[in-house]
Amino acid sequence: MLTFTIRRLILAVPTLLFISLVIFLLLELAPGDPMAQVPLTVPPEVKAKMREALGLGEPLHIRYWKWLVQFFWIEPQVLFDSIFDTSFSEGKQRILSWQTRSPVMDMVVQRLPQTLWVVGMSYVVGILIALPIGIYSAYRQYSIFDQAGTFVTMIGFSIPPFFTGPLLIMIFAVQLGWFPSVYDTTHVVNDWDSFMVQLRQMIMPVMVLALQTTAQISRFMRSSMLDNLNQDYVRTARAKGLPEKVVVMVHVLRNSMIPVVTAIALGIPGIFGGAIITEVVFKVNGIGDQLLNALFANDLPSVQTLAFMIAVLIVLFNLIADVLYGVLDPRIRYD
Amino acid sequence: MTETLEKKIEPLQDLEPSEPPHSQWKDVWDQFKKHKGALMGGSFLLLITLGVLFGEYIWTLDPQKLDIRNKDIRPIYTILWDSGAKVQWAHPFGTDNLGRDALANMIVGGRTSMAVGWVAMLLALSIGTTIGVLAGYFRKLDGPLMRFTDLVLSLPILPLLLVAVTLFRDALRAHLGPETGMFLLIVGVVGVTSWMQTARIVRSEVLALKEREFILAARSIGTTPGAIIRRHLLPNVISPIMVSATLGLATAIITESALSFLGVGFPPDFPTWGKMLADAVPRMDQYPERVVLPGMAISLTVLSVNYLGDGLRDALDPRIRGR
Repeated sequence: MLTFTIRRLILAVPTLLFISLVIFLLLELAPGDPMAQVPLTVPPEVKAKMREALGLGEPLHIRYWKWLVQFFWIEPQVLFDSIFDTSFSEGKQRILSWQTRSPVMDMVVQRLPQTLWVVGMSYVVGILIALPIGIYSAYRQYSIFDQAGTFVTMIGFSIPPFFTGPLLIMIFAVQLGWFPSVYDTTHVVNDWDSFMVQLRQMIMPVMVLALQTTAQISRFMRSSMLDNLNQDYVRTARAKGLPEKVVVMVHVLRNSMIPVVTAIALGIPGIFGGAIITEVVFKVNGIGDQLLNALFANDLPSVQTLAFMIAVLIVLFNLIADVLYGVLDPRIRYD
Repeated sequence: MTETLEKKIEPLQDLEPSEPPHSQWKDVWDQFKKHKGALMGGSFLLLITLGVLFGEYIWTLDPQKLDIRNKDIRPIYTILWDSGAKVQWAHPFGTDNLGRDALANMIVGGRTSMAVGWVAMLLALSIGTTIGVLAGYFRKLDGPLMRFTDLVLSLPILPLLLVAVTLFRDALRAHLGPETGMFLLIVGVVGVTSWMQTARIVRSEVLALKEREFILAARSIGTTPGAIIRRHLLPNVISPIMVSATLGLATAIITESALSFLGVGFPPDFPTWGKMLADAVPRMDQYPERVVLPGMAISLTVLSVNYLGDGLRDALDPRIRGR
C-alpha cells in the first residue's frame, strides 16, 4: 500500500509540471502588454528598466524556471520558516503581486480556508446525501422513490450554480429572510450563537454546490449498484443465508464504490469551477474571487499562482481518491 | 408449354407474408419512443431551437430598441397576484431598465447561446473522436494520447477558460470584430477543453471493435487503415458519440453562460442568456423575473438535452433495446 501511494505521488509530479507549463504558456502567449498603461512620455530606456523590474526582461525558459523555483522551493521555505521559526527564506525573492506588491502566497493563505471550507463541506455534504439516495434507488429500482430521485437528479444536473445561487438568495434571503445573502468571512466562531450564525451563512453556498455533486454521484452510485446487484456473488451471499443488510451494505456496496470513487475524483475540477461562481454569487472572499480580481486587474503573477494553486488542489484530491481506490480494490495495488 | 409448367410447379409459400425486415434505426426509434422523458426533451429542444431561429420573424420587435417611456414593465403573468403591476400585452415578458423588450432579447440571446453550444459541441466531438479513434486503433499512439488525455482531464478548466478569454479577447476583437472574435474565442476554448470524455469512450469502443472478425476480414482483403476507420469503425461507434454529443451540448451551453455570468463573455450590447441573467442579479429583489426567465431558459434547454441523452443511451444500447 505504501509503495502504491508513493508511486502515485511520483506520478503527480509530471502532471503538475504539465499544468504549470500550460498555465505559464497561456499567460505568455497572450497578447497584451503590462506596460500598456504607462504614459507615452516615458522614454523607452526607462520602460525597458521597468520591464526588467517586473521580471519581464529574461527569455521564456529562464522565467519559467525561476517561477518554478519560486513556487516549489522558496515558497515552501517561507511556509517552513513561519511554522518552525527558522530563517531559510531570508533575502530570497518571493512571487510578488503586481497589484499589491506583496507576496501572492500570503494572500492565498488568507483566502484558502474560506474556499476549502465551502468547497470541502459542500462536497462532503453532497456525497453524504448522494450515497444513500443512490443505494436505495438501485435497491428498489423503478419504485416511486427511484423515479422521483431520477427526476430530482436530472434537475440538479441541469440547473447551473449561477442560477440556483440567485434563486436561493431570492427565496431564502430576500423573501423569507432565513439566511444572510452575503457570506461574512470576518465572523469569528466562539460560542453557540456565533456557531449558529456561521451555520446559517454556510447553508446556501454549500447547498448550491452540493446540489450538483449530489446529482452526479447519486446517478453513478445507482447504476454501479445495479450492475453489482445481479452478480453471481450476490446470489451466493444470499444463498448462504447472510442477512439482506449485510449483502447490500457490505458485499454489494464495497464493490460498487470503486467506480463511484473515480466519479468523485473526476468531479473535483468541476466543483472548483463551481466554487468560483458560488464565491462570486455569495461574495465569499476565497481564492476563486481573488483569481477573478487579479484577472481583471491584469495582475499576471497572481493569476498564474492562483490558477496553479487550484490545479495543485485538484491534483491533491485526485491523489487522495486514487489512494482510496487502492484501499477499496486490492487488484489495483499490484499492477 | 412454359406457362403451364409454371402454373403447375408453384413455389412453396408461407401462409402469411412475413414481416419485412426492419432496419436498426427503426428499432432505435421504437425504443426511443418508449422513453417519455426523452421524447418530451427532444420535442422541447426542437421547439426552442426553432423558436430562437425563427422567433424574430414572428416577434418582430427590435431587441436593441430603447423605449425609455415603457421601461421596467413587468411580465404579463405578474397581474395574477399584483393587480397594480405595470404590464402591457405589447411586452409579454416585460422590458428592462432601458425599455428593451425582454422577449426579443431572449430570442436573440438564445440564438447566441445555442449557436455557441452547437459549434463548441461539434468541435469537441471531432477532436475527441479523432483522438479516441487514433488511440484505439494505433497501438503506438495509445499510450501517449491517453496520458495526454488524463493530463488535460486534471486541468482546472474554468480558471483556464477565464484566463484565456480575458487575455485574448482584446486582440481577437481587434482582428475579427467584437462579435465574431468573441464567438470564435469562446467556441474555441470550450471545444478545446471538453473533448476528453468523448475520446475516452470512443477509444474503449474502438479497442473492443478492433478485435472483431469483420475488421480482420477487411484487413485481410487489403483495406487501408484509413478506409477501415471510415467505413467500419466510425459507423459502429456512432451511438456513444451521439450520447456524448448531448452531454457536450449541455456542458457547452452552461460553460458559455457561466463565462457570461462572470463578466468575461460577449460584449455588453450582445445579449446571451447568461449575460441577461448576470445583468439582472443586482436588482433581482425588485425584478426577479429578469433572473428567472433566462435562468429557466438555460435550465430547461439543458434539462431537455439531458433527457434526450438519457433516451438515446437507452435506445442505442442493443442490450437494453427490445426489453
